[in-house]
Amino acid sequence: MSDVLFVAEHRRGELRDVSYEGITAGRELADELGGDFHVAVVSGGVEAFAESLNTPEVDAIHTVDAGEEFDHDTYTAATEALHAEIDPAALVLPNSVNGLDYAPAVADELGLPYATDAVGIEYDGGLTVTREMYGSKVETTVDVAGDQFVVSIRGGEWAAASGAGDAEVSAFDFDESGVADGSRVQGFEEVGGGDVDIGDAEFLVSIGRGIEEEENLDLIRDLCDATGATLSSSRPIVDNGWLPKNRQVGQSGKQVTPKVYLAIGISGAVQHVAGMKGAETIIAINSDPNAPIFDIADYGIVGDLFDVVPALIEQFD
Amino acid sequence: MKILVTVKEVAAVEDDFEIDGLAIDERYLEYDLNEWDDYAVEAAVQIAEAADEDVEVVAATIGPERSEETIRMALAKGADRAVRVWDDAIAEQSLLDVDAKVSVFEQVVAEEDPDLVLTGVQAADDAFGATGVALANRVGYQWAAVVNDLDYAAGDETATVRRELEGGVEEITEIDLPAVLSIQTGINEPRYASLRGIRQAQQKEIAPRDLSDLGLDAESVDGALELVDMYEPESESDATLFEGSAEDTAAELASVLRDKGVVGE
Repeated sequence: MSDVLFVAEHRRGELRDVSYEGITAGRELADELGGDFHVAVVSGGVEAFAESLNTPEVDAIHTVDAGEEFDHDTYTAATEALHAEIDPAALVLPNSVNGLDYAPAVADELGLPYATDAVGIEYDGGLTVTREMYGSKVETTVDVAGDQFVVSIRGGEWAAASGAGDAEVSAFDFDESGVADGSRVQGFEEVGGGDVDIGDAEFLVSIGRGIEEEENLDLIRDLCDATGATLSSSRPIVDNGWLPKNRQVGQSGKQVTPKVYLAIGISGAVQHVAGMKGAETIIAINSDPNAPIFDIADYGIVGDLFDVVPALIEQFD
Repeated sequence: MKILVTVKEVAAVEDDFEIDGLAIDERYLEYDLNEWDDYAVEAAVQIAEAADEDVEVVAATIGPERSEETIRMALAKGADRAVRVWDDAIAEQSLLDVDAKVSVFEQVVAEEDPDLVLTGVQAADDAFGATGVALANRVGYQWAAVVNDLDYAAGDETATVRRELEGGVEEITEIDLPAVLSIQTGINEPRYASLRGIRQAQQKEIAPRDLSDLGLDAESVDGALELVDMYEPESESDATLFEGSAEDTAAELASVLRDKGVVGE
């Protein structure tokens, strides 16, 4: 009972990045535990997925040929069956939206301790997990009791594994007759569209919670007019209905890669950063010097946006 | 029908703060209803308001007496009554883990027998993001996580939800009831509590329960996770910071924008 099992994730025919990151995290943990590292892939084109996941870090790959897309009932049942077969010390799952939709059920069903959204994992006779709290303002260290545990990992925290390995790939059969059918996926829909594609913009001016009131958005629109920038935003602005969904940058919005990304009044929560870290140059204006946005910014101004933005507009008038 | 909404009072942290041992010093905290739960309350109240039949909305929380002030916000926004669970054994936990929370809510569900349970996707403080789905598994309900659109009318046997996946993709799923749905921000526009609502909330019941009331003991909340350290993450910033007046910093920033070629001379 020193092995590690990681369940990969895919959507619409493509493995997601967290699948390769989970291989790195799982391998590190397996080395610390002194066991083998197993990767499982459930549903879809499992044979092709297994080939991609077969990197040098992996000892064994299990394919579960059941359905095409993520279905939480199938994933829950398959993961439990794999767990019973492999009996790993650690079950590692992605803390993605689909991870949120089945990992808690698996941990509860197995009756195992569950640490979510890990940004660091260590095993030294016991599992220690690094997590963030209070919107990334603090980091915490959490000890997990028990010989077996479930941990979900945050995307983007581990390097992605790559290269070709020689892990043995085997098909895993489990009894699907007992799988619940209480929820049925009807389909997918792309959201957004609308008047403008922020993914095409060379210069994005993006606004966050710091704008405080909807009418203050006019100030940012003035800046966009003066500079020819395209207006985008972080999630709260869209949640408030101040800008349409197609303007949202982030994990659940659009991923953008402009030449310059000017983040105004945006703290830089991990979900937002996931959508804009590919920008060539990142500039932040924020009154909080400790805002995480400054960790990834190339240039920054610690100041009140209501002072700085009017002064910036004047520069281009 | 009955809708149970799990709600939580969470602490918001000021920009500058200090950590005292394993917690942020009380001076830097401001308490409020968890943002995700606010949307869940609104979703429940909207179902109740649109229904022909009687729909009772019950808010359930795990929190100390102080949290009643916050829970009254849920009542002021339209929840009919609330249940608040607290106990010395809960207070002693450094970190109330998912299993402990679910053990408590499992008993609340057994008492209330709701048709629908709404939770926020996560709590802004501990950010586990797991209580709703784990609870569904424990009580044998269906579930959906990260719901940003809900098509459900009181009395229906199924709900159609949209789940907000990463990258601007939504999954459309039909779910049988009873079910637990974890609600994402932006699903609706949470109302402000009206003065009338706030007055009415004073008359509504917040029933206190301890573990023994729910047939539980201290062991049921003795989780496997123990918080052993809390610290401010080290800044990895290598940003060039412009300093000075707003005019000075704006001028430097304008010069960067011109250098990068994204605005004209």
